[in-house]
Amino acid sequence: MHIKQKRSDLLVMSLFTIIVLSMPVWLDPVGANYPDLLQKFVIFGIFAIGYNILFGLTGYLSFGHAIFLGVGSYAAVWSFKLLSMNAVPAVIFATLLAGVVAALVGYVSLRRSGIYFSILTLAFAQMFYNLAYSVLTPITNGETGLQLSLDDPRVIDRLVSSAGEGLPVPELFGISMSGYSGFYFCAVMLIMAFFLSLKIFNSPFGLKLKAIKSNQHRMKYTGYNTRPYLLSAFIISGMFAGLAGGLMAVTDPLAGAERMQWTASGEVVLMTILGGIGTLYGPLLGVGIIKYLENIFSAINEASLQSFFSFMPHWLNEMMVMLVSPFVGEGWQLTLGLMFMLIVIFLPGGITEGFQKIKTKLTTNQKIQQGDE
Amino acid sequence: MADSVLKITNVNKSFGGLKALNNINLTIEKNKVHAIIGPNGAGKSTLLNVCIGLLAPDTGKVLFDGKNIIGKQAHEINQMGLARVFQTPEIFTELTLLENVMIAALAKQEGAFKFKIFRNLAEEKAMMQESIDALSSIGMDNQMYDIAGSMSRGNKRRLELAMCLVQRAKLLLLDEPTAGMSRHDTNQTIKLLKKIKADGMTKIIIEHDMHVVFSVADTISVLARGEIIATGTPDEIKNNPIVQAAYLGGGNE
Repeated sequence: MHIKQKRSDLLVMSLFTIIVLSMPVWLDPVGANYPDLLQKFVIFGIFAIGYNILFGLTGYLSFGHAIFLGVGSYAAVWSFKLLSMNAVPAVIFATLLAGVVAALVGYVSLRRSGIYFSILTLAFAQMFYNLAYSVLTPITNGETGLQLSLDDPRVIDRLVSSAGEGLPVPELFGISMSGYSGFYFCAVMLIMAFFLSLKIFNSPFGLKLKAIKSNQHRMKYTGYNTRPYLLSAFIISGMFAGLAGGLMAVTDPLAGAERMQWTASGEVVLMTILGGIGTLYGPLLGVGIIKYLENIFSAINEASLQSFFSFMPHWLNEMMVMLVSPFVGEGWQLTLGLMFMLIVIFLPGGITEGFQKIKTKLTTNQKIQQGDE
Repeated sequence: MADSVLKITNVNKSFGGLKALNNINLTIEKNKVHAIIGPNGAGKSTLLNVCIGLLAPDTGKVLFDGKNIIGKQAHEINQMGLARVFQTPEIFTELTLLENVMIAALAKQEGAFKFKIFRNLAEEKAMMQESIDALSSIGMDNQMYDIAGSMSRGNKRRLELAMCLVQRAKLLLLDEPTAGMSRHDTNQTIKLLKKIKADGMTKIIIEHDMHVVFSVADTISVLARGEIIATGTPDEIKNNPIVQAAYLGGGNE
């Protein structure tokens, strides 16, 4: 069983690696093969995977995870400003600082559970958001957002070379982190994050987190101190969010407070629920769908609809365009909303539950057929 | 006494003007099944909650294995070796039977908290075998991959017992283990309790059902109006006139 388990882990990881690294190939036919969107897919993938470790495994619904996204971004930009344009220290700082902030926020919020926990995290998120615009402006640069400038010290870079002309760009030992190379860097991070998540899901630690979600009362009477388990899960998911925030800054060295707004926290909740709470792949599916709708679906306009329905007679074409146009373009959120409602009502376990249902139906059908023969 | 597991001395507890426990003295001896019976409102639940440290008494001491347990948290008391079975079976309904038992086994093995994220659960072979053994001792190993929530109440109770068995608890507290069960499930539970009696786990049973009490208990204490009015073997209790007046014949009181 032991060897089998290891082998299947290896299989999952190699498949996942292939799928992620070949994204530019298989996303091309659906019009999603451009670096900006690809980066978004993988960065939000990391965010959602991390969020799922908290929400999916322990059932604690946090509305404040955008805090760590923001903290990660600020930390990365500061690393670019003070130390070096290299992406490695930026990402490390982003993850660590987000972990520290998550420890503080989690320590306070986890004193309560259920709806009270959610409200506490939401309060923290709003607090951080407003602080970034007021007291913390020396760190966050307020509404303008934190940017690189020509007179930044960049201590480590200056040791090696003198400042060039114009603003430098984030790099990884000489490779610029914009465009496809940025995507591949983020993709490697996503693969590592997924591997860690897979490990946690299969570990005794992960099983205990699931048990806390199932019955925390019993957990205590079974001899577990549940608070440190919850806090560890909270910090891990905060660090994943910090990594995602850091990568946002790596691909585009700018950090603004709007990244910490509650809508950003809400978005990751939507992604996780849409894809499937507590499943390994679900959150990634959710990210894919939401980001695709946001970027591709929202670009469809009446003209493109007209050409899409051009095979129809004129009157039908007009009618179809009239019917469909409220749902595309700027109305993409209407589609998202409807989709979300349908999924929550009919498939509370998300899209992955839908796949599961289809799979069981197919296998039982097969069994019935075999029985007939 | 060296062979007592739980020692309750001079425990008093009042709720407002109501005296729930009045100077309770009770010693639970090792490897015995000690039943506590009494009519409704006699203070059984209060006594139980004092026994597990959930409720602090106004005065008195509760020593488990020679150590004070008053004011300790639930997980600390479990780690000391006191396991508890609830009136309504409390299990992890979304997990499989095996996972339920493994969680209990891991608590025994790893303590109240261990951050172990890089070890695969499938590598914990000894622990897994122990859990399977515990399930087979209650005759449920053939359904260990079933989801626990889908079982009958009687089976959930058996699973809960298996979780306590795998922890090899020093003292097992059973709060009305057959409450709300069908006759068949009750008899199954009695059989199981008798079977695990052999492995020498000390137990306290709080129970309404006299049939259950007289089939499994070694010692019975009768609680009435917050006081222990008698302690003795099942036969002694059956023939005790005070007990008969207060409880067994108390239906026409």
